[in-house]
Amino acid sequence: MIDVINLEKQFGQNKVLNGISVTIEKGDIMVVIGPSGSGKSTFLRCLNCMEDPTGGQIIFNGENLADLSVDINIHRRHMGMVFQHFNLFSNKTVIENIMLAPVYVGCSDLKKIKRKNRSTKIKNLFSSSSQQELLPVPMTKAQITANAKKQAMELLDRIGLADKADVYPSTLSGGQKQRVAIVRSLAMNPDVILFDEPTSALDPEMVGEVLDLMKSLAKEGMTMVIVTHEMGFAKEVANKVLFMDEGRILESGAPDEFFGNPGNQRLKDFLSKVLS
Amino acid sequence: MGNFSQKIDRFIEVFIDYNGYLKVMEGLKNTLIIAVLGLVIGILLGTLIATVRVVPKYKRLPRILNTVCNFYVGLFRGTPMVVQLLIFYYVMLPILNLHMTGVQVAVFVFGFNSAAYISEMMRAGIQSVDPGQMEAGRAMGLGFWPVMRKIVIPQAVKNILPTLGNEFISLIKETSVVSFVGAADLYTAFNYIGSNSYEFMVPYLVMAVIYIVLVLIISLGIKLMERSLGKSDRRH
Ligand SMILES: Nc1ncnc2c1ncn2[C@@H]1O[C@H](COP(=O)(O)OP(=O)(O)O)[C@@H](O)[C@H]1O
Ligand SMILES: [Mg+2]
Repeated sequence: MIDVINLEKQFGQNKVLNGISVTIEKGDIMVVIGPSGSGKSTFLRCLNCMEDPTGGQIIFNGENLADLSVDINIHRRHMGMVFQHFNLFSNKTVIENIMLAPVYVGCSDLKKIKRKNRSTKIKNLFSSSSQQELLPVPMTKAQITANAKKQAMELLDRIGLADKADVYPSTLSGGQKQRVAIVRSLAMNPDVILFDEPTSALDPEMVGEVLDLMKSLAKEGMTMVIVTHEMGFAKEVANKVLFMDEGRILESGAPDEFFGNPGNQRLKDFLSKVLS
Repeated sequence: MGNFSQKIDRFIEVFIDYNGYLKVMEGLKNTLIIAVLGLVIGILLGTLIATVRVVPKYKRLPRILNTVCNFYVGLFRGTPMVVQLLIFYYVMLPILNLHMTGVQVAVFVFGFNSAAYISEMMRAGIQSVDPGQMEAGRAMGLGFWPVMRKIVIPQAVKNILPTLGNEFISLIKETSVVSFVGAADLYTAFNYIGSNSYEFMVPYLVMAVIYIVLVLIISLGIKLMERSLGKSDRRH
């Protein structure tokens, strides 16, 4: 699904990613671990070009996203992203947060079709011989909004927050915010969701509810790339684990051998630190 | 004291019998038109300038636009409003061969002038919005401008609402110079009353009171607006 080939990123003179190659298959739950500053966030943010790679390739749906001429917005609509600090839109209610992208994308596609049809009509006026067909208009703006609203309510139901649909994010607890942020990314029916330390900003008692939601996504076969320090979660849910240090992947594998029999000395040191 | 009550009598006489009140109404109307339309133009243009100044500057076009905007802001903040009015009325209009009334000129100059100040406020407001908001919007596949319009600018406006209110108040007060280009404002009205009653003490006092009342009303309006916009911050 995503082929990362020799990915490099540098900020000025600071080389943060030194040639990362990895393949993410459909249905993979890939967990990325490593010490702070090792480039985990940068790696994740390069996958959807929130940071533009300075070298290498990211092949997603047959296109190289590292090529600056591709329309990255189209591809980002198929890649959800969940942030450490939730980043819910604070001027929008919970349900508006979830509906925003689907409604925006639906309406902008609608506008494109209408614009196309207008120019076809004008062309038809001037050529009596060949009349072109108009494109079908799939839905009105009201229908798009109604559909998005219905879907958003279903998503809120799923996380048990339907009663919070019309409140502003500032009134939610951290765990609730992050669960809303996760279903907000689901609203676009993404092919893959990228998580950057989704539980690191939470009070300990709220970590469980967020991890449970992520586990249920994993069960449904959602493809996920997750940067986290939750080793228990990695062992239980991941099918691939990567260990990053100084912008390189030092070890990767299935969780059993990865945690059970780590070969790399740095990984051993890291695990003994975080697991103690 | 008897002297003062005579002055009041004379003021009232001119105010009512010589149509002074009509002049005051017109002056008040022009003052409000100039300040309100000036503020609207200022907000629209100022927001545009502020956005241009916060756009990432990897490419050439944003850099050029940024320089133009910097120049614009420097120009309008570096000269007094009266000078801008005079230049617009007596230099720009003849050169461009345009005909405009004093009030129209004042509306544009007030708009252009406040755009320069509002762009600075708005830029600070935009920069005070958590960058995570832009990131989340972009990560969903929305472009820079849609996220700006739907998410960042509304939050920035909310952050700077008190300063925007102050800008409106200073626009109201600065309308007292538009008679330089022949626009009939409150000053013109009370000056008329003063000249016709040969007495300036009461007219100018009344003028001061009207300005103060205007400013108080606006301040109250801003407070109410802030409270209703504060919804998204309140826990309930
Ligand atoms: N926008 C940026 N500009 C400059 N340096 C950055 C930027 N983002 C990250 N870095 C640097 O890249 C390195 C890796 O950061 P990061 O990917 O956040 O690591 P991790 O998520 O593993 O803690 C750090 O040294 C950090 O200072
Ligand atoms: Mg990080």
